[in-house]
Amino acid sequence: MNIPNELLYTKTHEWVKKINNKEVIMGITDYAQQQLKDVVFVELPSIGKEVKAGVPCAVVESVKAAYDIYSPVSGKVSKINPKVQENPQLVNEDPYGEGWFLQIEVSDPNEFNNLLTPDKYQSICQSEH
Amino acid sequence: MKKTPLYDVHLKSSAKMVSFHDYFMPLQYDSIINEHHWVRKNAGLFDVSHMGRFEILGEKAFPFIQYMITNDARQLMDNQVLYSPVCNEHGGIIDDLLVYKRHEKHFVLVVNCGNTEKDLVWLQKHAAPYQPLEIRDLTETVSLLALQGPLSGHILETALRGKLSTVKRFFFRDFSWNNTRITISRTGYTGEDGFEIFVEAKHAVELWNLLLEDNERDGLKPVGLGARDTLRLEACLLLYGNDMDETVTPLETIIDWTVKFGKADFIGKKSLLNQKENGIERKMAGFEMIDRGIPRHGYSVWKENEVIGKVTSGSFSPTTNKNIGLCLIKPQYTKIGDEFQIQIRNSNYHARVVKTPFYKREPKQ
Repeated sequence: MNIPNELLYTKTHEWVKKINNKEVIMGITDYAQQQLKDVVFVELPSIGKEVKAGVPCAVVESVKAAYDIYSPVSGKVSKINPKVQENPQLVNEDPYGEGWFLQIEVSDPNEFNNLLTPDKYQSICQSEH
Repeated sequence: MKKTPLYDVHLKSSAKMVSFHDYFMPLQYDSIINEHHWVRKNAGLFDVSHMGRFEILGEKAFPFIQYMITNDARQLMDNQVLYSPVCNEHGGIIDDLLVYKRHEKHFVLVVNCGNTEKDLVWLQKHAAPYQPLEIRDLTETVSLLALQGPLSGHILETALRGKLSTVKRFFFRDFSWNNTRITISRTGYTGEDGFEIFVEAKHAVELWNLLLEDNERDGLKPVGLGARDTLRLEACLLLYGNDMDETVTPLETIIDWTVKFGKADFIGKKSLLNQKENGIERKMAGFEMIDRGIPRHGYSVWKENEVIGKVTSGSFSPTTNKNIGLCLIKPQYTKIGDEFQIQIRNSNYHARVVKTPFYKREPKQ
């Protein structure tokens, strides 16, 4: 299970990369993609859409079912990854790279404090296993 | 919860297990998509011991079966298999099953896992005029394996050192193996050539291991219920509880050919005849998505601003690389090429009716 040190996490298995104090990139973790197995569909919000921490902002579907992806922070969608919509298997192949989902303009940087460190996230994954 | 005799074997193969009706069953061992392609190209081994099996024995076993099913068992030879719905008085589908005819006085029925108890009650309820009649539940004592895919014939012949060319499609035969009797039928639920093997429960693990050990290098892998579902959907083999239930009649689906009005009375005949004469209000169609989006069971189907029916099965289809589904909709929209919309998470996405089945295997050279 790959949990990069430079990222922050949610208990719902999203990762967050701070670009600066105002913008983040997010996607789903290696653990999440392993649980989902074959990702065959990704639905992303449109650019400009307001998202809220802890509220669904995207959907991924495996062969069997659809799952909500939760926004790790509140803010506005500034970029989406069109490649992951065209090739959903990028989520399985490269969850922290080519398989990213959204870039978000953060409205409340204090919310970063609610995100999990790699250590904390790892213990959550282990307890679920 | 129940376990099949192969439960521990599945765990050892690190299968992802799920509860399916009353059973813990393997959903996938690897990836559903890989397992799906593997069965289309090579061969897959499935544990389908959760399916219900009954033996029907008696002087009047044949007329009993004929009264219970909508298809016509008169056409069956000994050792032949017939697919049929069982309907209630209103023509609603109680279950769909395979009828194995050993001879006029001895049949075996293979039914859906979720319906086993209901079917047993239904059979017993109608057995009175056909006494003496014995209905034995074999579900726990006999296991069922499915070996499916283009290489399955070769693999089975190697493992059993016997010839299977005499077992034609929808026929079965007994073989002796390891001082026990196994029954092999050339049937399946994947759209590929393949076999289903009845083996005494206490020998199931041994047979499973023998098949896999002998043949892993020849291309046999265990396959779970996840791929079984995508394989059957591409081949347009219906799934009870999704594509049909007691509110659906066979005439509304794509198995309308299984209702034979030319035979003597059977349960539901009058209602079905009535429906045939008055016309059906909905019909099953196969469709593929034009827009991106995966149709799922229960999603509504729209034409303009009107709901015209619902999706009964839907999935990403690994073989065609499209998103496909079956739906029950108003009959006027079921012509090939007709377009409608599927509602997915409150938005409507375009889809079109296509020819079924979505996948048909190439005939053997």
